[in-house]
Amino acid sequence: MTTPLLQVDQLSKNFGGVAAVSKVSFALEAGQIVGLIGPNGAGKTTLVNLMTGVLRPSGGSVRFNGLDVTDQRPYQASRRGLARTFQIVQPFPQMTVLENVLAGALFAGPAKTRDEAMVQALDCLEFVGLADLAQRSAVSLTLPSRKRLELAKSLAMQPKVLLLDEVNAGLNSAEIVDAIELIRKIAARGITIMLIEHLMKVVFSLCDRLLVLHHGELIAQGEPQAVANDPKVIEAYLGSKFAAKMADQQAYLSEVNHV
Amino acid sequence: MNSLRSGLMWFVPLTVLLALTPFISNNYIVQQATFVCMYATLALSWNFMGGYTGYPSFSTSAFIGLGAYAGAILQNGGVPMVLAWVIATGVTGLFAACLGYAILRMKGHYFAIGSISIVEILRLIAASWSSFTGGGEGLNLPIFRGGPEYAGMVFLYAFLVLMLVAVLATVLVDRSRLGFGLRCIEQNEDAADMVGVNVNASKIAAFVLSAIFCGTAGAMSASWVSYISPPDAFSIVMTLKVPVMAMLGGAGTMFGPVFGALVFVVIEQSVLSRFLDYNQAILGLIIVFLIFFLPGGLLRSTLFKQFKQRILTKDPQESKP
Repeated sequence: MTTPLLQVDQLSKNFGGVAAVSKVSFALEAGQIVGLIGPNGAGKTTLVNLMTGVLRPSGGSVRFNGLDVTDQRPYQASRRGLARTFQIVQPFPQMTVLENVLAGALFAGPAKTRDEAMVQALDCLEFVGLADLAQRSAVSLTLPSRKRLELAKSLAMQPKVLLLDEVNAGLNSAEIVDAIELIRKIAARGITIMLIEHLMKVVFSLCDRLLVLHHGELIAQGEPQAVANDPKVIEAYLGSKFAAKMADQQAYLSEVNHV
Repeated sequence: MNSLRSGLMWFVPLTVLLALTPFISNNYIVQQATFVCMYATLALSWNFMGGYTGYPSFSTSAFIGLGAYAGAILQNGGVPMVLAWVIATGVTGLFAACLGYAILRMKGHYFAIGSISIVEILRLIAASWSSFTGGGEGLNLPIFRGGPEYAGMVFLYAFLVLMLVAVLATVLVDRSRLGFGLRCIEQNEDAADMVGVNVNASKIAAFVLSAIFCGTAGAMSASWVSYISPPDAFSIVMTLKVPVMAMLGGAGTMFGPVFGALVFVVIEQSVLSRFLDYNQAILGLIIVFLIFFLPGGLLRSTLFKQFKQRILTKDPQESKP
């Protein structure tokens, strides 16, 4: 068995008495698109923050590319090839779109000189379809364009793993179709992707594997279809009463079908 | 780069004019020219932290005072004047690095209050530690020999060179990776961290840059006036004046702080000195005016841009959009 690209082991984070993330373990294999789902407040963003050094874990470890990176700072994560986007877009508002992307290429990418970084930045803008807006200030962009800018910025770092925190939140359905296409294209570049997502349409059309977080615990993982039918997952999303009702209904239906 | 060239277009003539003052005018003007150089240096220093990095630092006087006391104590201990200035610079830089490590965890208003408190703490130490700093009586320094006119000229050129070094440092930082990283921090610190900027190291570097020239200026002005005391060296008014100068010209620009210092000295001499009772109130009004009407400073104002356009393009009619 090959060692996975990213290995999270027994990762925990407590805020006072609240266990936001508790003993979560999973692995990301190179080349996969993995979805991280769970109800609001399940600890998804906290988990990403733990993996990228924004927060210090209370326990457990993160190994990336064969290296223990549990205590890394965010800038180190980016330089090592573990990039992320934020749920709420975080541009450098008064800089141009190009400068925003240039920052990623210059500080976290492999580029040695500013010219080299500039070429990479322009390439990334072309890739996400923002090349025409390169000289506009980031603050003047529409929300879908800002989300693309976030993607371009993280791509400019030439990451091995990209953690996308709700890149589709706030987009309309036409924009989501475009976004799905873009994420596929990123994956085709050989970048491993972990996707936090609420929209099941996106999750099911993109992901090879799903992780389900509930109250900070990993309650299920596996193939998307199998996870969707997992009673524990249904319970987490719909509540125990409704889940029991649904199980009854299903049992009844299968009985009827047998007869 | 365009902003560098247009800045040099007025900065070089200004420097030449300042350098010529001993030959074309009287002692009073030479003294004011020295103040322009000194204030420009201080404002350029503040600009690394307050302009590029976006951290409202009010530690300027802490660094000036520390440099002044370090220089004075060394000179009184027999160290030659210029060497004392160099060592004072190093002491101030080292102090800023240690201090920055501690207080750069704070942001916004908290950082502003933390940074101004350093001035007060150092002033109290200087006032209380009589055996080392002379306490409230202050310290006398060896008087510079050669007569007032010669001394005035020497100190003018000393401050002029220091200003040029500060300008050079600003231009280098502005075009470097460090400068770009600082601007990223100013725009969005979390995002800067996330694109791979080593935020803590960059902020400490900016803080040290904002300190060292103040330290040198403090040591030099101590030698210039031959006497320092705690309230003069660690002056709260100075710690407020310097950011005003930088903002007046344009915080975060390469030459804005120099322009602001020049304008400030003119205002100070023509207006503030005539209203001794009210000068601090007038300073307050200037700050309010700046924040409301000139948030980007004079060099970024439309009036100045139109003026620049008219000079750069030969036919003013063509520059109309």
